[in-house]
Amino acid sequence: MNLASRQEDFALAARPDGPPASGPAPLEARGLSVSYGVKPALIGVDAAFPSGRMVAVIGPNGAGKSTFLKAALGLAPKIAGEVEIFGEPVDQAYGRFAYVPQRASVDWDFPTQALDVVSMGLYRELGLMGRFRGEHRRRAMAALERVGMADFADRQIGRLSGGQQQRVFLARALAQEADLYLLDEPFAGVDAATERAIVEVLKGLQAEGRTVVCVHHDLATAQEYFDYALLLNLRKIAEGPIREVLTIGNLQRTYGGRLTGPQLAAFGASGGASGGAFGGAGG
Amino acid sequence: MEILLQALTLQLGHNATLATLGAGMFGLAAGASGAFLVLRKRSLVSDAMAHATLPGLALAFLIMAALGGDGRGLAGLMFGSAVSAALGLLAVDWLTRRTRLTEDAAIGAVLASFFGFGVVLMTVIQTLPFGHQAGLESFLIGSTAGMLRADGLTILVGGAGALILTFLLRRPMTLVAFDPEYAAASGVKVRRIDLAMMALAGGIMVVGLKIVGLVLAVAMLILPAAAARFWTDRVERVVWGAGLIGGASGFVGTALSAVAPRLPTGPMVVLTAAAIFFLSMILAPGRGALAVWSARRGFGRKLRLRAGLLALAEGRAPSAEALAALRRAGFASAAGEATEAGRKAAREAAEDESLWARAREILPPEALTGRDDGATPLRAALTPDEWSLVKGASA
Repeated sequence: MNLASRQEDFALAARPDGPPASGPAPLEARGLSVSYGVKPALIGVDAAFPSGRMVAVIGPNGAGKSTFLKAALGLAPKIAGEVEIFGEPVDQAYGRFAYVPQRASVDWDFPTQALDVVSMGLYRELGLMGRFRGEHRRRAMAALERVGMADFADRQIGRLSGGQQQRVFLARALAQEADLYLLDEPFAGVDAATERAIVEVLKGLQAEGRTVVCVHHDLATAQEYFDYALLLNLRKIAEGPIREVLTIGNLQRTYGGRLTGPQLAAFGASGGASGGAFGGAGG
Repeated sequence: MEILLQALTLQLGHNATLATLGAGMFGLAAGASGAFLVLRKRSLVSDAMAHATLPGLALAFLIMAALGGDGRGLAGLMFGSAVSAALGLLAVDWLTRRTRLTEDAAIGAVLASFFGFGVVLMTVIQTLPFGHQAGLESFLIGSTAGMLRADGLTILVGGAGALILTFLLRRPMTLVAFDPEYAAASGVKVRRIDLAMMALAGGIMVVGLKIVGLVLAVAMLILPAAAARFWTDRVERVVWGAGLIGGASGFVGTALSAVAPRLPTGPMVVLTAAAIFFLSMILAPGRGALAVWSARRGFGRKLRLRAGLLALAEGRAPSAEALAALRRAGFASAAGEATEAGRKAAREAAEDESLWARAREILPPEALTGRDDGATPLRAALTPDEWSLVKGASA
């Protein structure tokens, strides 16, 4: 019914001219606590990510990084606290955010091809009755193109490599043309070329004024890829611009004794200095 | 033979026509909605539901008979079966969520208890003095002989309703079947869709009561989807292909049993579907047994040809089997001399091989997993950015 107007909204959402005017935070959590049964997974986390940033959610295994994303989207059993996306509860913000789950949870023999998977990103917009038209196909194709997968459009997903599968799932989120992108370990188990391609796409999203949030576990690349971070270990350890947040003290509090000497030394070497040292390490 | 043709072209009298059309509609709806059940990996749960219909059917019969009516009224029996199927589903759901039982154990427990209870009730019914009880077994394996006009219409309308619901929910059901977490994050209420999917399955079983019977209804949910899966890699085609296969099975099977009334309808319909499944398994291109076999042979040929081309490029003598492959492709003369085309292909193969060697050096092994098969040209295996990476490195 109001499909046409909704599509205009989507077209408007693709604004090329810099970050939007400041409004409600893309993602804000207040006292967010999650528990599976009686086992706490996240305790009283406050966070507010500013618009137009590349945000890393960093912490050791089992610290609740993925849980934070899932709880923010209503996918994990929240027991206390609130989450708002662009100032609204999640169930009123569908369509403004896109989620890229971890790759592992899918049946790879499912009868679906790369382009079909990307088209699923448009199902919400199409609703139950909307017709899938040529323009939708073109948008799905454009999303595949953007992740370098256009040549594989009609490949069954099980016949793609791990990195290619991850690209397809990113393309599915791209097709949604959202303002907030949430990715759960997008670089887990992908090859270096794919990692580079994904980072490039994400930086492109940021350049369009969109906000990107990734669960990230590789401290070595964190400063190179991201400009804002939330450090978690069950509770919030720190949040802020990444250069201010990734300090030895914070990392030790986040990882406890799990960081090795060299890892800490890398941060110690440039702890107080300007970020130039990290650019060299990443290249 | 002539009478079969009459049955298939709907010239066998009014009620037989209605039964055949109803069975076709039932098969269509069962195939299409069953495809989602199979894709969501819920076939076993639907089996538990099918067996759980029996006590409801028997109780509905007893109640209707006690109230002085005809115990065999189709609407009442359908209602009783539906209620009891829903109870079975709830029992499986509750056992899986609230106890430490795994789903398969819960399914086994529910299926056996409900079906056992149903069989006891059926036995009780047979000892009772009403005249009609003999007909009740026909609901176990289906029988369209002597089907009433109203019954035929009920089946037709019920099937059409299930089909429309399947069409409406095709997108959320696809999302949930493929990637429930993503579905939830895009606003689909996964539990509600799952419930709708099971309700559809239950509805289909009840609609199929008269045609294929309780126990075989499950086959009509699963067989068409399993057959259609052989023919395509796309959800939509699996779903509507399954509908087509189910519809054809219902139509043909019922016509067959109309011709030979001593053949029960349910098994005839299911056997037709099974025959289509079997043919699909053998003959389907791509995933069928013959296609897999011939693809394997073709791959062997490609490997031998590649080995021959590389031998030509390096000036070695190709092995006998590689030479045969070269001759067949027109790359070598009968005398074993390389042709013009052969020399060109050999150059290309050698170039591609060195690019592959480069790719194996600079790309991590996981990037090439499943792609490095020794016969695929590198360009066809890589994304454009990986390709330019490799090209750049070897330039």
